[in-house]
Amino acid sequence: MARIELDLAHAYKANPQRDEDYALLPLKMSFADGGAYALLGPSGCGKTTLLNIVSGLVKPSHGSVKYDGVDVTARTPQQRNIAQVFQFPVIYDTMTVAENLAFPLRNRGVAADKIKQRVGKIAEMLEMSGQLNTRAAGLTADAKQKISLGRGLVREDVSAVLFDEPLTVIDPHLKWQLRRKLKQIHNELKLTLIYVTHDQVEALTFAEQVVVMTRGRAVQIGSASDLFERPAHTFVGHFIGSPGMNFLNAQIDAAGVTVAGQLLMGATQNLRDKGSVTLGVRPEYVTLAHADAAGAIPATVTQAQDIGTYWLLTATTAEGGTIKARLGTEQVIPKVGDPVWMSVVGSHTCFYKNETLIA
Amino acid sequence: MELRLEGIEQRVGASVHLHPLDLNLVPQAVTVLLGATQAGKTTLMRLMAGLDKPFKGHVKVDGVDVTGVAVRERNVAMVYQQFINYPSMTVFDNIASPLKLRKEKNVDTRVNELAAKLHIEPFLKRLPAELSGGQQQRVALARALAKNAPLMLLDEPLVNLDYKLREELRDELSQLFSSGQSTVVYATTEPTEALLLGGYTAVLDKGELLQYGPTAEVFRRPQSIRVARAFSDPPMNLIEGSAQENGVLLPGGNSFAMNLSTLTSNNVTVGIRAGALRVHRHDGDVALPGQVELAEIAGSDTFVHVHTAIGELVAQLTGVHVFSLGEAITLYLNPAHAYAFGADGKLLIAPSTSVGSN
Amino acid sequence: MTQKPVNQKAWWLILPVVLCVAFSAVLPLMTVVNYSVQDIISPERRVFVGTEWFKSVMRDDDLQGALLRQITFSLSVLLVEIPLGIALALAMPAAGWRSSLVLVLVAISLLIPWNVVGTIWQIFGRTDIGLMGAALTQLGFDYSYTGNATHAWLTVLLMDVWHWTPLVALLCFAGLRAIPDAYYQAASIDGASKLAVFRYIQLPKLRGVLMIAVLLRFMDSFMIYTEPFVLTGGGPGNATTFLSQYLTQKAVGQFDLGPAAAFSLIYFLIILLLCFILYNWMQRVGTADKTEAGHG
Repeated sequence: MARIELDLAHAYKANPQRDEDYALLPLKMSFADGGAYALLGPSGCGKTTLLNIVSGLVKPSHGSVKYDGVDVTARTPQQRNIAQVFQFPVIYDTMTVAENLAFPLRNRGVAADKIKQRVGKIAEMLEMSGQLNTRAAGLTADAKQKISLGRGLVREDVSAVLFDEPLTVIDPHLKWQLRRKLKQIHNELKLTLIYVTHDQVEALTFAEQVVVMTRGRAVQIGSASDLFERPAHTFVGHFIGSPGMNFLNAQIDAAGVTVAGQLLMGATQNLRDKGSVTLGVRPEYVTLAHADAAGAIPATVTQAQDIGTYWLLTATTAEGGTIKARLGTEQVIPKVGDPVWMSVVGSHTCFYKNETLIA
Repeated sequence: MELRLEGIEQRVGASVHLHPLDLNLVPQAVTVLLGATQAGKTTLMRLMAGLDKPFKGHVKVDGVDVTGVAVRERNVAMVYQQFINYPSMTVFDNIASPLKLRKEKNVDTRVNELAAKLHIEPFLKRLPAELSGGQQQRVALARALAKNAPLMLLDEPLVNLDYKLREELRDELSQLFSSGQSTVVYATTEPTEALLLGGYTAVLDKGELLQYGPTAEVFRRPQSIRVARAFSDPPMNLIEGSAQENGVLLPGGNSFAMNLSTLTSNNVTVGIRAGALRVHRHDGDVALPGQVELAEIAGSDTFVHVHTAIGELVAQLTGVHVFSLGEAITLYLNPAHAYAFGADGKLLIAPSTSVGSN
Repeated sequence: MTQKPVNQKAWWLILPVVLCVAFSAVLPLMTVVNYSVQDIISPERRVFVGTEWFKSVMRDDDLQGALLRQITFSLSVLLVEIPLGIALALAMPAAGWRSSLVLVLVAISLLIPWNVVGTIWQIFGRTDIGLMGAALTQLGFDYSYTGNATHAWLTVLLMDVWHWTPLVALLCFAGLRAIPDAYYQAASIDGASKLAVFRYIQLPKLRGVLMIAVLLRFMDSFMIYTEPFVLTGGGPGNATTFLSQYLTQKAVGQFDLGPAAAFSLIYFLIILLLCFILYNWMQRVGTADKTEAGHG
């Protein structure tokens, strides 16, 4: 287990001039010993590059990586003593499950009985004790992925376990079980775990702290509720949540906040004379209101979808903005074309200027 | 077009890929084929398209038997999981290809129209390899729409895309489908996607067609345990119990009051949707105390795995809730929101009111 | 596979090819079958003898000698070329301009016409003007591929290795490129030594490619004719007379068309049988590989 500190940037060209030249814009972050972290972002945002820099498969062009205060930037993954689980299962076809799990320990010269004990323990944790003597090549994808994971866990002194979208090839109904397994393993072994994914469910379920990334930049690091309640960046608001945050154009002057011509709330200390801003509110917090209610704007319903446990309402404002709302099934659901008033201002509403949170 | 599959059966060698089934697609609507991988969705789609001949049975389009007619003769458009475009042609040529094959006039205008609809105008001069995954799939969709075929088949088209991109494209697809005239068949493994697309859903499991009907109805009234299992995310909580007077006796001494007048045997399986379990008490609720085994936060919802006297339950709570492992928690459930399935797996009782969320 | 709606028009397109193949392959084959059941005393006098030739051919000592030499040769070829080819493939650079250069250099010996190969080595091995022959003599070896049977064997073997190992190497090179990086990364993370990486990752993943290589090399070496014929002429004596040369001697040299034809057919059937066995084995392992590699 190790505390990992990053203070680096990564560019493919020698002299990066603009933001686009960087694969990873300068960042500084630390992963606490024994913590579970997720790197979340769309494809191409740099999360896999960052993971590979942490593991040692890629050397950053600028900056350093430190494990427990020691600079390990020049060291290989083997020397850093990390374990990595890849997108598709990587197993040794010719070996049995037990031999696969024992392989890293054998390479390090661990005693045979210790190997047996450790392999047994990890196999039990992964619920694979019954398959120890089966040939690894004949198993299903999720079993193989568990073996890949097991090989990482089997070393007791592993400094961190890194996951690169490990559930990609797993059947959807088995993803549940593996996610749960990972969380249980984290609780039992207290290892530093770093998990890369583009799926918010995986990230938020798994991690204590999530690093949201886009286009080479880490835009916010926080817990699931931080990211949900107070996204520091419009990208986070958009990316987290299903569906993501609603964004409406607003004006804040001396009088207060105006959206689509409606004055929604009076100016406060923080919200005064800001000019053009973006109002962000999550569909979970948008409610239907009476006409002319405080903090509500008029809109026309364009879609009403029954999602089983809730209804998803989509409406368009006079300005052409779109608002989605999540409504419980016991409410009266308006029909397509109905005019409605939607309450968008409340304690959960956030305001953004230039994509960054101001209030 | 009206597509009917009668007595369709498909075998490959000795194994049965599709058990005998009948399916009449609702014309000009979206039909979702929902099922796990290997359930038979792709096999069924290929039969609808004419790429394969069924082992037995007939495929009828507008009353005409087209079983065995080559796919070239049938007017079908298909979009695949792997973004399939003509690699050596530009995006413009890709979209124009079905139009040119039909010798249509105004090819330019049509292509620009479709590119605008799918937000790919800036890329018209590029080759597919230069685009991202999402953009490539949009090109494939534009090409399929250009064909303007009365039947459009989409085989898990969004599965290789980013989670967020999937959401965006799905929204756009819903709108495109509703404005079009084609009958659309969309295969997916995710129940949520079926619900978001609406329309009609056909639930497939291990090569069998289990149920076909309006999506919300199939969701609310699954005809059997298998349908309930296939059409739930998170999985439906299923608990074995035995029938009693006026209710069901569940493990741990709990009993639910249910009207089981149509019972034939003693064994009943009670089904509880994750969203039906709540942490606040309402009138008529039964209390289920237990310990938190795991709490998973998924964007806007929290899924709590709780170990109770009646078994392991998964509850879906709106919003982000933090629970520590082993914490004591009580779940509440109104028995009127529970399902009951008989020993044969068939549905006995479904909640008449919609399942509420908290 | 599932039944696809059948389009019959395609058959018409291959009709020309079918006719060509029939003319150039099937007809001569039928001629051979015809000869194998007749005693051709002279072009006008032929006697039908049924399976006579087949029986006598099987009992022929000379033939059995040639068969034994052939099998030994093919096995030696495999024993040397396969490991050498793998080693060469492992040493070749994977990408960049160096990779292209090395690929071309390696492939050169494959492009040389086979009789030219024989001629090259014939001169190469001459003790007076040949580089190898002269060098060996200088070093004190009494090297002579015309006089010494063992030397002749080794020279023929060496020539074949020089000529055909690049094929094995190229096949293995392609096979190695198909192994995803993640396997190497995982092995490095697991602390595996280079030997372990070879044994547990590269060799298993090369299985399919190696089978093709073994099949091709075995078949080709079993039928070898031009190179040894040009190099040693089958000598000294009949030390390097392999099956095909023996056959030709009988048919063309001695004009024993009957037995030669009979043995041709047997030869043909032996190769066919070996190919069939190897091919089936390949298919079985190939599908097993695919089911293992595929995900749900």
